[in-house]
Amino acid sequence: MSDVRIITANSAAALAAKLCRVQVVSAYPITPQTPVTEELAELVESGELKAEYLTVESEHSAMASVVAASQVGARVFTASSANGLLYMHEMLHWAAGSRTPVVMACVNRGVGAPWTILNDQQDSISQRDTGWIQLYCKNSQEVIDSIIQAYKIAEQVNIPVMVCYDGFILSHTTTPVEIPSQQLVDSYLPPRPPVIGISEYTHMNVNPLILSDPRPDVDGKMAPGYMDIRYRLQQDLLSCLDVIKLADRDFHELFGRTCGGVCWGYKMTDAAHAIVSFGSLASECTLAADLLRQRGLRVGVLGVRSYRPFPKDDLVKALEAVETVTIFEKDVSYGYEGALAMDLKSALYESANHPRFSSYVAGLGGRDVLPETLADEAYRAITGEVKHAWINIKN
Amino acid sequence: MATSAAKLLPKEEFILPGTRSCAACGLMLTYRHALKALNPGKTIVAVPASCMTVLHGVYPITPVKVICINNPFGATGAAASGIAAGLKALGHDDYTVLAFAGDGGTYDIGIQALSGALERGANFLYICYDNEGYMNTGTQRSSASPAGAITSTTPILAKLQHKKNMIGIIEAHRIPYIATASPAFPLDLFDKVRTAKSVHGSRYMEVHAPCPPGWGFPNKDLIKMGKLAIDSGIHVLYEIKDGVFKLTSRSLNLAEKGRKKSIAEYVKGQTRFRKINQDQIDYLQHFVDERWSEFVQRHHRTD
Repeated sequence: MSDVRIITANSAAALAAKLCRVQVVSAYPITPQTPVTEELAELVESGELKAEYLTVESEHSAMASVVAASQVGARVFTASSANGLLYMHEMLHWAAGSRTPVVMACVNRGVGAPWTILNDQQDSISQRDTGWIQLYCKNSQEVIDSIIQAYKIAEQVNIPVMVCYDGFILSHTTTPVEIPSQQLVDSYLPPRPPVIGISEYTHMNVNPLILSDPRPDVDGKMAPGYMDIRYRLQQDLLSCLDVIKLADRDFHELFGRTCGGVCWGYKMTDAAHAIVSFGSLASECTLAADLLRQRGLRVGVLGVRSYRPFPKDDLVKALEAVETVTIFEKDVSYGYEGALAMDLKSALYESANHPRFSSYVAGLGGRDVLPETLADEAYRAITGEVKHAWINIKN
Repeated sequence: MATSAAKLLPKEEFILPGTRSCAACGLMLTYRHALKALNPGKTIVAVPASCMTVLHGVYPITPVKVICINNPFGATGAAASGIAAGLKALGHDDYTVLAFAGDGGTYDIGIQALSGALERGANFLYICYDNEGYMNTGTQRSSASPAGAITSTTPILAKLQHKKNMIGIIEAHRIPYIATASPAFPLDLFDKVRTAKSVHGSRYMEVHAPCPPGWGFPNKDLIKMGKLAIDSGIHVLYEIKDGVFKLTSRSLNLAEKGRKKSIAEYVKGQTRFRKINQDQIDYLQHFVDERWSEFVQRHHRTD
């Protein structure tokens, strides 16, 4: 018996945290994340979810407290958006450097100034170099499924995971979502293994000052230096592309659904032209691809689910037969291009196939993006000049 | 029962030789007695980037027999409440969470996270070791530096403002236990940490921790300087338990028998006050005298 409910992505995120039996929740309200924190508070106060809930005074403290709770062994959850996420920035680096399996929902919103509460992905993209795994969801079903998978991934590699979904477009829009049973989630996700070291009469100095070069411990065994520890984080992030794929494959076996692993394709099998994107915009690009197929172009969509680690080989392979690549994304590296465009171009540099490559920045601060607009822009990119531009600029 | 003699303190040392602290470090002496009063086997310490980071040693070696979790500078209050929440969620009810931060990490960058945690009643003991400046980064001014002190960011005019009344801010949170202490009076310090350990909820202690390199006095005068601070009334020993204020130890004696030392005597042994003039000394003396009479009145009011 499947349990399908008509809910928002925010409700899906709160339900996912509950199903994962999180033990410490700490969060600070910010639009459009607030319903996640409210629904979790209700679950904790009603006793449905047995967890400590910290109503902290800032996002910096939200991340500081979940990192600390995670360090003593608790399964933790928080959520944020936009400027709240930026306020966490120092602690995001700390969470990854501490190798804590924190899971956070990032409800994507444009960043001030000037203020916008509406959607784009500048907030999480600005955090891409913090050492977190970033998964982007194309719909609310992927939100609940990805958060469950996120704990599986995070606790295996001890790297925090940010599950990103678009503010309002997903966060406040009700769609049918299949809710997994507690029993199945429990069999997929066992309790977090105990943290080694937090026990009586152990002496540990966690995250101390470290030198640049290796140094002997009391037994004369060499311990790594700063760069060696950071190299391990990098190696573990790169190798966890396989962990992400496996977590999704195991999930598929149990629940019958997949999020595509590290990336997903839509009508890519025979595609001569690829549109590449992530989040709900990628989902919208599938409508644009259908429109372009009506115009006689063999267009497919490649959705990037794991942005960090970046699935370079998977993307290059998926694009090995296409003639053109068109990127749409809701973020920009000011002074250059969109972040996904830069990353994908650099990945294709080492590939045998060098498709013609255009990239577009769209939908910042909630500016509407219609499938017809995407189709028209992609049509021009496919048939005309290579362009790197912003679309829908009105004034 | 108050501990009456140093020989009655636990013999076991939890800070072993080989720390990277300066010689005659006031905060290390504070930490030493605080750990004796706690059960370090069942204590988790949260510290910010500070002199405590230095004291705890460079990876992979630590001279302190306790679990210590280092945190970014402004995060101590939040991290300590996260540790407490994590331990509670996992059923470890017998642990004490000790946050141990300096005045910069408490009065300045850490005040938001600390205030939030105290308002929520987070279950931890927070000890602020107040060495009256950013000593770890080289003696910059903090909001805990006293008026008249030369610091590396008040190099010519000296600090012009009084120290922030942090305890007043802490009191406004109505937490069950607040105390001040000094490493120069270790028995009083030990007893207060013991009392704090037995209280549930948020507890705050502020320890005046003399700093020879930062304040400019010889290492051998650490205890002397700590005592002078109490005897002159620039730091006062008391506790506020469930809102009831009591002078303790040496400060109680001073209230009963009269105060002995002047601010002039306190400042003359420290090179940080080398540019202080008579007007500034009078200003400081007036401030200390007024506060002292308030403390004495308050002590008797709750008799």
